[in-house]
Amino acid sequence: MRHIISMLMENESGALSRVAGLFSARGYNIESLTVAPTEDESLSRMTIVTSGSDNIIEQITKQLNKLVDVVKLADITEGMHIERELMLIKVKADDIDKREELKRLSDVFRGRIIDVSDTTYIIELTGTNEKLDAFIEAIQGQDIIETVRSGVSGIARGEKSLGLTV
Amino acid sequence: MELNGADIVVQFLKDEGVEYVFGYPGGSVLHIYDALFKQDDVRHILVRHEQGATHAADGYARATGKPGVCLVTSGPGATNAVTGIATAHLDSIPMVVITGQVPTAYIGSDAFQEVDSVGITRPCVKHNFLVKDVNDIAATLRKAFYIATSGRPGPVVVDIPKNTTDPNIKVPYEYPKSVEMRSYHPTDKGNARQIKKAVDLILSAKRPMLYTGGGVILSQADKQLIEFAKKLGYPVTNTLMGLGGYPGTDEQFVGMLGMHGTYEANMAMHESDVLVAIGARFDDRVTGDVKQFCPNAKIIHIDIDPSSISKNVRVDIPIVGDVKNVLNDMLKILDGAGKPDEKALSSWWNQINQWRSKDCLGFDRNSDLIKPQYVVETLYEVTGGDAYVTSDVGQHQMWAAQFYKFKSPYHWINSGGLGTMGFGLPAALGVKLAHPNADVACITGEASIQMCIQELSTALQYSLPVKVLTLNNRYMGMVRQWQEFFYESRYSHSYMEALPDFVKLAESYGHVGMRIEKPGDVEGAIREAFGMKDRLVFMDFITDKTENVYPMIAAGKAHNEMHMSPDRELS
Repeated sequence: MRHIISMLMENESGALSRVAGLFSARGYNIESLTVAPTEDESLSRMTIVTSGSDNIIEQITKQLNKLVDVVKLADITEGMHIERELMLIKVKADDIDKREELKRLSDVFRGRIIDVSDTTYIIELTGTNEKLDAFIEAIQGQDIIETVRSGVSGIARGEKSLGLTV
Repeated sequence: MELNGADIVVQFLKDEGVEYVFGYPGGSVLHIYDALFKQDDVRHILVRHEQGATHAADGYARATGKPGVCLVTSGPGATNAVTGIATAHLDSIPMVVITGQVPTAYIGSDAFQEVDSVGITRPCVKHNFLVKDVNDIAATLRKAFYIATSGRPGPVVVDIPKNTTDPNIKVPYEYPKSVEMRSYHPTDKGNARQIKKAVDLILSAKRPMLYTGGGVILSQADKQLIEFAKKLGYPVTNTLMGLGGYPGTDEQFVGMLGMHGTYEANMAMHESDVLVAIGARFDDRVTGDVKQFCPNAKIIHIDIDPSSISKNVRVDIPIVGDVKNVLNDMLKILDGAGKPDEKALSSWWNQINQWRSKDCLGFDRNSDLIKPQYVVETLYEVTGGDAYVTSDVGQHQMWAAQFYKFKSPYHWINSGGLGTMGFGLPAALGVKLAHPNADVACITGEASIQMCIQELSTALQYSLPVKVLTLNNRYMGMVRQWQEFFYESRYSHSYMEALPDFVKLAESYGHVGMRIEKPGDVEGAIREAFGMKDRLVFMDFITDKTENVYPMIAAGKAHNEMHMSPDRELS
């Protein structure tokens, strides 16, 4: 099953490679990984999307917790949560039909066209990764030149949080 | 007090109570070596190869419970240390390894003797640090010792670039009294409700089994374990790492379990209805086929590392905590909680004693050749079972584990997890430094000993009169055994041609060499060797080259699928 694991880590060099190294050394799946500093600059927040049986997910969370740099960890798929991913997609838009169709699809998916050239569009789209997959599926007929996805960010709904002080 | 970085390293080690540093100098650590030169509190032991430094520090740690400390230079110094770091990691041994690094300005430039030591050691340490500022040295070393020795212990590497130990840059130094890490809080107290549940289950057992590992030794819980086992009257088996955690001479001890464990220990595991795993980690050499592991047992698992629990085998009652604390808590409530089922227990013991009567460790005592088991047995008798015994890896290691009945913790020192050949001799030197008046024996083979034989020179320099017992069968014995069993006796590259004359070799290193070729000479030679209190004696026992280690569970088989020695094979 697919899980989203959220972590607060010491914002130190090497912390990311400890996590990445753990996944490769133990043969765990890694679908996406994002990391950036938080409002507290000594901490960074990492979101990992992984999949595996309950036993494997249990081991993954335990092994991650064991890393000395990991301050706090939660499997946010265990509860109500929101996940979002950003995609920038560059597509061929070199005739009027294509341009119209892309504009229409982009609107349907609540995307935005953020760059226009004579022959291309760049569309910005945010959503769950299913939604982004669906968009790619929908424009499959059009020529995709390049796709950039940020990887999933996730957060628990309501008062639940991964903050240090609660 | 204002000190430069090199002096801070040395002063810190002194303040931390470090007696010995095992190391080898080189460019990046020369400032630190200069600081060592100026004082006498921290003794430096110069090894002949950095691998030897790590194993010696590791042996010291295993024989004392205190962290072992190493100091090596950058590049090859660090890479040579990796095997020893990984060895300590797999056996959860507290160790701090200080590696020199090229100056910070050169990092990443492929400078002379530069490797990414933090990157290379990352997967085989508990944690590691790169210190970029002289002001951080003391605090980082303090964290390193704290992490290495707390929770589930392990090795910690501290990489120190040369410019941070510059003799001309002085900063204030004070030994950091406390260490606060928001991201590191090992759980050492077990959950009371889980403990209560476990005790109830333990008392309800009809065919109980206590399966204990290295965690008992690491947490110094041998007394608690003995009291616990004695109160209950339950059988105890030890893992390879757990030997000495329960007295090997006690009648409730059924021997080691696992691949080369005793018939009675493995059969009792297989038939048990309640299994209490104490500081053991269900290693594949212990469990065999996990699908057939203890098929009828409810399992309780006490371990300080949550990630050990339900990693290989699902358990019914997990208890995360320090073994000593948890056993103390269990002992407190045991008396009020009821009594074990005496009737069931007595029939369980009858069954176990029946298995025991197979005498699964029996060997041919009338052979004209020296049987390796006989050498270990004789060592046991000559030393009264009180020696510290280190070993290398292979058949001799298994015979040492089977035939030397360890009475107490810290006496059996071997590379259980990583299986590092070359461990035994340097480890013995570390043990001898820790216990200068005790008998220290290194049981080894003619293949293993050659992997770190250069440390014979270190032994001479520091007058460390350990006794080396080489069970010389002219083969990499365990490889040969597997080739005999699983590769139709195709002995591919397991034969040791061109062996050195070990007697002359020992002598050329300034020690005493002995070659023993007849069974009748074994006891006399061991007595003579241990009589030479001030000399390292290298005993080369020419043993039966065809002897195999029994019983044996082939990899991936179940506990009740043991091979016995041919003359004891069961119908």
